[in-house]
Amino acid sequence: MPRKDLLDIASLDREEIEHLLDQSAPFKDLFTRSVKKVPALKGKSVLMLFYEPSTRTHSSFEVAAKRLSADVTNFDVAQSSITKGESVRETIETLQAMRTDYVIVRHKASGLPGTIARLTRASVINAGDGAHAHPTQALLDAFTIKEKFPEPAGRKVLIVGDILHSRVARSTCTILKKLDVEVAYLGPGSLVPKQGADKVRRFTNYNEAMAWNPDIVYLLRVQMERQDVQYFPSLREYHKLYGITDARLEEIRKRGIYIMHPGPVNRGVELCDAVMDYERSLINDQVENGIAARMAVLYWLKPGGV
Amino acid sequence: MAQTLDAQEIAAGVERLAAAIRERNAGKPIALVGIRSRGDEVAERVLKQLAKDGPEPEFGVLDISLYRDDFEHLHSNPTLQESDISFPVDGAHIILVDDVLFTGRTIRAALDALSDYGRPAKVELAVLIDRGHREMPVQPDYVGITLDTRRLDHVWVSLERTDGKDEVRITEKESA
Repeated sequence: MPRKDLLDIASLDREEIEHLLDQSAPFKDLFTRSVKKVPALKGKSVLMLFYEPSTRTHSSFEVAAKRLSADVTNFDVAQSSITKGESVRETIETLQAMRTDYVIVRHKASGLPGTIARLTRASVINAGDGAHAHPTQALLDAFTIKEKFPEPAGRKVLIVGDILHSRVARSTCTILKKLDVEVAYLGPGSLVPKQGADKVRRFTNYNEAMAWNPDIVYLLRVQMERQDVQYFPSLREYHKLYGITDARLEEIRKRGIYIMHPGPVNRGVELCDAVMDYERSLINDQVENGIAARMAVLYWLKPGGV
Repeated sequence: MAQTLDAQEIAAGVERLAAAIRERNAGKPIALVGIRSRGDEVAERVLKQLAKDGPEPEFGVLDISLYRDDFEHLHSNPTLQESDISFPVDGAHIILVDDVLFTGRTIRAALDALSDYGRPAKVELAVLIDRGHREMPVQPDYVGITLDTRRLDHVWVSLERTDGKDEVRITEKESA
C-alpha cells in the first residue's frame, strides 16, 4: 500500500521498509545505462523547499527527481518571501495553487514537514527537520548496509559522535533496529543521551566500543555550525578521542570493518585523510545509493491522498 | 465457460515460435529480450530450443514498469524488478519476447525502454499468445498461439518457474 507522505522512519512498518530497500536496487541499476533517465514521473512537479542550507541532500533529491523525468522547482529560501515574513501557511497556499505533486522539505523546526503534509494534497518528503528525522538518509544507509550484508539481522553498527543533536543518528538507528541490526553509540558523555528504553548500548571510550566488535563504524558529522554551546573541549581533542586516526584505521583495516559517514566529512576531525582511500569505506556508495533510495521513495509515494 | 490450454499446447506454441525464429534468422546473430514477468520465461524456453541446433542467441530481460502509460490510473505503482541487458544494444538484432500480446501498450513501453539502452539495428516481436484487440499500431513478427477472445475476456497465463505450473485460462467477464 502506498502512502502520501514520508515524514519519518518510525511510522513505517517492516514490510514497507523492506519494499523500499528492495526497490532501490533496480533504480541503482539504471545508473549504468547510457540513458539514466526513465519516464515514470513525466509531467509531475517536484518542489524543493529548503529552509536550511544543504548541498548534498538537495542535489541528491534533485538528481533523483530528474532521473524520474519530473520537473524540479527550487524554492530558494534566501530569495523568497520567507525572509520577508511570509508564514509557512501562506507559502503552502501559494504552492498549492501551483499544483505541485511532491514537496521536499528541510527545516530547522521538528515536525514542520508533518504540518505541511496536512495542509497540502502534495506528497511531502521530510529531508531533515531539526533533531527529529531524516528518513531518506536512513533508507540509503540501510540500503548501503544491505548491499554488504544481505541478511543484516544480528550485524553490529557503532554510531559515533553527537548522538544527542543528530537526526541522522535517530532515523538511522530506528531503521537498523527495525531490521534487527544491533546498534551502539559512542561519543562524549555530553553528546550521548542517557540510557533510555531503546536498549541501545552506550560507550564513551573508543577501545571499549571496539571490543564490542562492530561490523560497521558509522561516523556522524561534527556540526561545526551548531557548536554555539561547547560540548567538547576542541576539535583536536575530539579527533584524538573519537576520530578515526591513522593508527585506528590500521586496526579497522585488519579487522575488516566498514566505515560510513553521511557527509560532508570534516577531515582531521571525524576521520583522517587516509580513510578516504580505505577500501572498505562506503562513503561514496552512500552518495550514489542516496539517489537510488530517493528515486524509490518518489516512485512509491502517491500524491493526493490514498 | 472457461477455456484452457494445457502444458502440451504451451510447449507446442514455444516450439512454433522457435521454429519460425530459426527459419527466418538461420546463422544470423540475434538477441532475445524477454519482458518481465513471464515474457522472460518464454524467452528462456525459446532460447533453449534455438540452442539445440544453432548458436545460442544473446539474452536479456527487460522490466517496463517505469515506462508504463497508466500511472494515473493505478492505486499503487507496479513493483520494479531488475532489468538485465548485458550485451551491447547498439546495432543488435533484437527479438522482444512476451507471453501475451493484447492492447500493444506493453510493447510500446518496451520499445521506449529498449531505446534507452542503445540503438538496435532491428527490433522484432515474438509472442507466445496473440489474443487480439490492439489499441496501438503493434503487430507481432512471430506468434506461437492465436486465441480468439473478446475484449473483456481475461487471459491468465501461468508458467512453471513463475507460477509453479504451465497453464493458460481464458475467463469470460460480464460486460458492465
